Amino acid sequence: MADLRSDFLGIKSPNPFWLASAPPTDKKINVLRAFEAGWGGVVWKTLGTQVKNVSSRYSALTYNGQKAMGFNNIELISDRPLDINLKEIREVLKEFPDRAMVVSLMADNNKESWHEMVKKAQDTGAHGLELNFGCPHGMVERGMGASVGQDPEIAKMVVEWVMEVAQIPVITKLTPNVHSVVPAGRAVTEAGSNALSLINTIQSVTGVDLDTLVPNPNVAGKSVFGGYCGPAVKPIALKMLTTLAQDEVTRKVPISGIGGISTWKDAAEFILLGASNVQVCTAAMVQGFRIITDLCEGLNNWMDEKGYKTISDFQGLSVPSLTRWEELDINYHIIANINQDKCIHCGLCYITCEDTSHQSIDIKKGMPYNTYTIKDEECVGCNLCKIVCPVQDCITMEVHRKAPEYLNWTEFQKRGLPLNDH
Amino acid sequence: MSIQNSRLSSEDLEKNFSDLHPPFDHPEGALLEANRCINCFDAPCTKLCPTSIQIPLFIKQIASGNLKGSAHTIFSSNIMGGGCSKVCPVEKLCEGACVYNLLEETPIAIAKLQRYATEKAIDEQWKLFTRKPSNGKKVAIVGAGPAGLSCAHSLSLEGVDVTVFEKEAKGGGLMTYGVAAYKVTPEFCEAEVKYITSIGGIEIKYNQELGKTIHLDELRKKHDAVFLGIGVGIARGLQIPGEELQGVEDAISFIYNLRTSDYSKVGVGDNVAVIGMGMTAIDAATQSKRLGAKEVTLLYRRTEQEKPCTDVELELARLDGCNILWLSAPKEIIGENGKAKKLVCSKMKLGAPDASGRKSPVDTGETFELEVDMVIKAAGQIPFEDLVTKSAIENKEGKIKIDKSGKTNIPGVFSGGDAVNGGKEVVDAVQAGKDAAEGILEYLKKQTGK
Repeated sequence: MADLRSDFLGIKSPNPFWLASAPPTDKKINVLRAFEAGWGGVVWKTLGTQVKNVSSRYSALTYNGQKAMGFNNIELISDRPLDINLKEIREVLKEFPDRAMVVSLMADNNKESWHEMVKKAQDTGAHGLELNFGCPHGMVERGMGASVGQDPEIAKMVVEWVMEVAQIPVITKLTPNVHSVVPAGRAVTEAGSNALSLINTIQSVTGVDLDTLVPNPNVAGKSVFGGYCGPAVKPIALKMLTTLAQDEVTRKVPISGIGGISTWKDAAEFILLGASNVQVCTAAMVQGFRIITDLCEGLNNWMDEKGYKTISDFQGLSVPSLTRWEELDINYHIIANINQDKCIHCGLCYITCEDTSHQSIDIKKGMPYNTYTIKDEECVGCNLCKIVCPVQDCITMEVHRKAPEYLNWTEFQKRGLPLNDH
Repeated sequence: MSIQNSRLSSEDLEKNFSDLHPPFDHPEGALLEANRCINCFDAPCTKLCPTSIQIPLFIKQIASGNLKGSAHTIFSSNIMGGGCSKVCPVEKLCEGACVYNLLEETPIAIAKLQRYATEKAIDEQWKLFTRKPSNGKKVAIVGAGPAGLSCAHSLSLEGVDVTVFEKEAKGGGLMTYGVAAYKVTPEFCEAEVKYITSIGGIEIKYNQELGKTIHLDELRKKHDAVFLGIGVGIARGLQIPGEELQGVEDAISFIYNLRTSDYSKVGVGDNVAVIGMGMTAIDAATQSKRLGAKEVTLLYRRTEQEKPCTDVELELARLDGCNILWLSAPKEIIGENGKAKKLVCSKMKLGAPDASGRKSPVDTGETFELEVDMVIKAAGQIPFEDLVTKSAIENKEGKIKIDKSGKTNIPGVFSGGDAVNGGKEVVDAVQAGKDAAEGILEYLKKQTGK
């Protein structure tokens, strides 16, 4: 059995799965249910000046019958009285002292407000604070949320205010609604933020109702850009996470990974690319807290298989593999191979290669089943056929190096080697 | 022991004859199934459909929410796509070819999805086709069965004015009169005929029988071309003593009665023997059982391996509690007071292959007897040989000879479907009707050119 315990800046939790600051962590009743289900920790839904929410609040993207593969919301920070939230945080801490309790904060844009908010939050006995510099809707218009996170100077200033009074670890949550997360990440790290978390949601319109012509979600015939999350954003989150894990400034602080984590595999990937723990929201919102069972078990079994005893054993191991394009080995060449015993003759490899790739698959008509084979000399090793093939391990990519030695693009040009002639 | 009607309550009869393959109850079911389809290229399912319906396309159209497009895709290839979704032996056609079979997974429920799209179109009378303006050409079609209707629709689309002559009081042919009621209801058949003819340009004249009320020569004079979609009709006799006894009936008329009268009015025996193992035999046997017969025995002179019905059909008969006797051929029906009482059967064994390539049954000399009060003959149907021969149409044992474009030896006379092939699936007849329509259009063009 691997040890799933997590220690994030001294904030301990029995597993690395925290619920992100969002509707699931809005109040005591939810958080207690989450802890009973086995979640390692929560980031309490953002506290700030009390707001009012609208109805409706969420919308989602269905793809080929898969519901909520992308999700968005236009909910604001907590719309409950601050005192009730603080009281409930204390109560939960008492009931579950072994779980991580981090409080998300978003104060009005002045020093006094931030100082007051930080003090109130840490007075509860919470283990950490997360600064919400990422909320992309509603709060931005009031000079908060993403409008702080999008400007490294402002972000730095706010973190400095916070650090003046903070006595518990401070995590700064970054917005993805920027060209690069690195400038803001650096600014807040240099200002003293103890850790980073990302991503917050991405500005989005999930779709337009084709009957009413109103974009989703519909609030009395109008809509606003919402924050996009769910499985669809994972690749974007992973990329942003990697840029922080590679940057010489930001990599010095731990990162809490957020963005479309739905399974233990997603979690492992985030940790491999530099996260110290992960935060989950959408998956729990569309399935309930019970998903924690497989998140933990799956991760544990994978760690056992790989021989990792603790989370830190594999944390960041994939970061060095992400390099610059110029350093990729041009002599590396792979060619697809179709295992005829496994092939079910669906023809998806053929039609995709023929229409949109390199016409590298040969078709031999049969009744009713055609036979498909790879034209080795045409195949560029793009992976498309393997991606569309519905049968596991039917199409494999086999290595046929162009030459034994490593050769990158810079060197290739230097030697004046020939480009494609077709 | 006797033949009686009303053996079961009307509730039981209702239940026994209800839909064998119920439709999707909810759109979610159709969506889930449609999304399971992987959208094969040059799809094996399409290749095994005699009418080449673009199956992955219509399924993905269901998935995308384009149900009208889906129905259009189906009907463009097969105007009887609604009926075919209920009666096709899909296990040996589209669904049998589904690539999921190769993963040993349940194939896509193609028929059920096809029914989902087509039933909606028929129920809601979607106008999916517009015929070209009338071009003044007139074609007579004999027989409002699948071949005739399909031919009529294809011709009308191109602006030909079509008159269909049907000997029965309703259209649909074998679909209406010759298929088990739990597969397709007479009401559906009627709605389907109405839907097909709703494009206009098709007039159906009922109770018109070739050789009796209408004649080929006249039809040829009054029309630019004629299509004969007369099907097959006469049940093959057993050629054994006792065939004339009361209680000996042919499957075609038994099923015809079921389709044209109340189930409670159709008589069935206590002990029914059904001779044959084709689809019609199965339909007759299962429906006998569903009418309340105590014992139903299907007899076939060869073995399970040579049976003409599909495994699914055989399983249906077994689940209905029918007995199956292989290598058994009827030898004599013994009567009492003019009524069938005993069926004497010969035990057979398999010998050398016959013309069909199947091993032929050989009499072992041994016999056995079955107590019966009803014998249903379902050993195949014979084409209308007299009718065809009298009209000087070239034929082989009554099966009309045609060329690739559906032409017979008589100029301007075309044919297709069961009348030509001796009896295949509905979907084959639909394709034959389409092919002949193409031949007719070509022929009409040449005639005009002269």
